[in-house]
Formats: sequence, C-alpha cells, structure tokens
Amino acid sequence: MNRSVVSDAGSGLVFSSRAALWMGIVLGLCLLVTGRHGLAGEAEPLIADPVIEARMAALSEELRCLVCQGQSIAGSDSDFAKDVRREMRTMMENGRSDAEVVEFLVQRYGDFILFRPPVKGATLLLWLGPFILLAIAVAVLVISLRRRGRRAAAVTLSSEELHRAESLLKEKDDRKDS
Amino acid sequence: MTRTIPLVVFAVLVVFFGVGLLLDPSKVPSPLIDKPAPAFTLPQLHDASATISNSDMRGKVWLFNVWASWCVACRQEHPLLVDLARRNIVPIVGLNYKDERAAAIRWLQDLGDPYTVSGHDIEGRVGMDYGVYGVPETYVIDKQGFIRYKQIGPISPDVLKNDILPLVERLQKT
Repeated sequence: MNRSVVSDAGSGLVFSSRAALWMGIVLGLCLLVTGRHGLAGEAEPLIADPVIEARMAALSEELRCLVCQGQSIAGSDSDFAKDVRREMRTMMENGRSDAEVVEFLVQRYGDFILFRPPVKGATLLLWLGPFILLAIAVAVLVISLRRRGRRAAAVTLSSEELHRAESLLKEKDDRKDS
Repeated sequence: MTRTIPLVVFAVLVVFFGVGLLLDPSKVPSPLIDKPAPAFTLPQLHDASATISNSDMRGKVWLFNVWASWCVACRQEHPLLVDLARRNIVPIVGLNYKDERAAAIRWLQDLGDPYTVSGHDIEGRVGMDYGVYGVPETYVIDKQGFIRYKQIGPISPDVLKNDILPLVERLQKT
C-alpha cells in the first residue's frame, strides 16, 4: 500500500516516502510497546491476591485523600494516595486486619482521613445534630398548630357579626347562581 | 417573641457559617501534637554511612523540617530557615522527603544549608509516620521528644516570630 502511494504521488514522491517511513516507524513502535506490555504483564499486582484487592477497594473508598480533599484514597492519583495505598497493601499482606490499617492511618493523619467520623465527644453534635433539629422542628410545628387551633376555637361572634357573615355568604351564593 | 425567633436562628446560622468559612480545610489538625515524636533512624543526606535518629536530639528543643528539592513552597520558606540557623537559636533537623540524593545536595549548595543534619527519607516512610501530606511541614519537638507544634506548609515570618520562636523559648526554659 505504501508503494502504491509513492508511485502514484509523482511530484510528492519525496514527501510521501518520508511519511510512509515515519508511519512505519510509529506503527512498529506501537507494536513493540503493546507487545512488551503483553509479555511484561504490568497489571499483575492488581490480581496478585483478589482477597486483598477486594479489601483494598472497599477500605480505600472510606478514606479521604488529605491532599485532594473531595476524593477518596481509592479515587485519587496523588502521590499521597499512592503512598497510603502502598502502605495499606503492605499491611494487609502482612496479615493485618482492616481495623488495624485504619488505626495506623488515624494515628498519623487523624480522624479527618475517615469519611465517616467515629462517634465520640467531639463529633456527638455532628451525629445527633440532624435529629435534634428534627425534634425542634416537630416541637415548633405541634406547638404552633395547637395554638392556632385554640385561637380559632376561642373566636366568638356577636349577633351583629353573625348577621353580617350570613348576608355576605348569601351574596356570594346569589352571585354564583346568576 | 415570635418575631425574634427567626432572627435568633438566622444569627446562629451566620455564626456557624462564618466560623466554617474562616477555617482552612487544607490545614488538618495533627493527632500527633503533644504525643511522642515517632521514632526513626535514617541515613544522613550528606553521608549515607552515618545515621540520624530522633533519639540523637534528646534533651534539646529542635525543629524538624520536611523538605525536598522538587518542592516549590520549600524554596519560598528556605531563606527564613537559613536566617534562623544563622541566629543559632534552635537546631533544625531536615527530613529530605522522597528526593534524589544528588538533587537534594545540589539544592542545598545553591540555596544554603540551614540544617544541622538532614535525614534521607527516599521512600517517605518516616514522612508517613509523621503524618506528612504536604511538603514543607515543620514540627517543634521538645527536650523529652514530644511534638508540641506542627506547621503545615511554608513557615511565614509572622508564624515564626509570633508562634514558633516564643514556643521554642518557652520549651527551652523547662
């Protein structure tokens, strides 16, 4: 195919043959790279131990990357996250439990590394806050409803007012009929 | 009474949001404050056959400064450390974090070496024990080997003058 391009090109001969040469080189490099990948098996660490990888995947989703705070340790590509993942994997391979891994990280980086903060004195308000607010809202609702009910019941009309109300209602009915 | 309630609620929210906005979420309080500094023994940067250990500094108040030649903010902080070292107030031990030895030594040659000694932490393991997540970081460690202060990010002249040096002075007296 390359040759046909070259021979048909006529005046563009030099350019085309050079382009063909480059194309060949690039293609060759692609083959070389992909071929090497296939042989080297670079993804091996991921499938080395499926149990550990499953634990890694679950646990690292629960941990915050301190450098890129919106992301989890699992989702971040920062050096910090890579280091933490390496350390977690090493600890798991040494037979440490998930709780021990978490404790190791909390000792170093504090509770902040956990997306789910533990329930303790300093975080009590955080955990109970929504329920306290809900209780307050319900209390306010109940109190104001009761007060409104009482106020409505307490209204008494004088005969004059009653008369006027009746005439107004009648007027409305008349308008509807017409 | 009923009119003031929404006002009170609003005021409380303003206070909460105000405090929240003024906090810097990139500064995570270190759980290591007032805890013993994690033990380490590292090869020295300038002499790989010699080591530096935290126990070498027992009995002294010292600064432990995490730095690297690839770290841009370290460059910003560096003249301050060089100046501090010249004043001979407090020894500064460096933790050369995940850096190449040659690049690190060249960096110190170019910019001055404020460190009494630097440990070479090529894998960042010691850095992890100290909860390092952003270089530079600086710890103030007292005579008994307890961490008393942690600065995340470069030390500003303000922080040095108003926080770190008064603390060092106080710790040196005890």
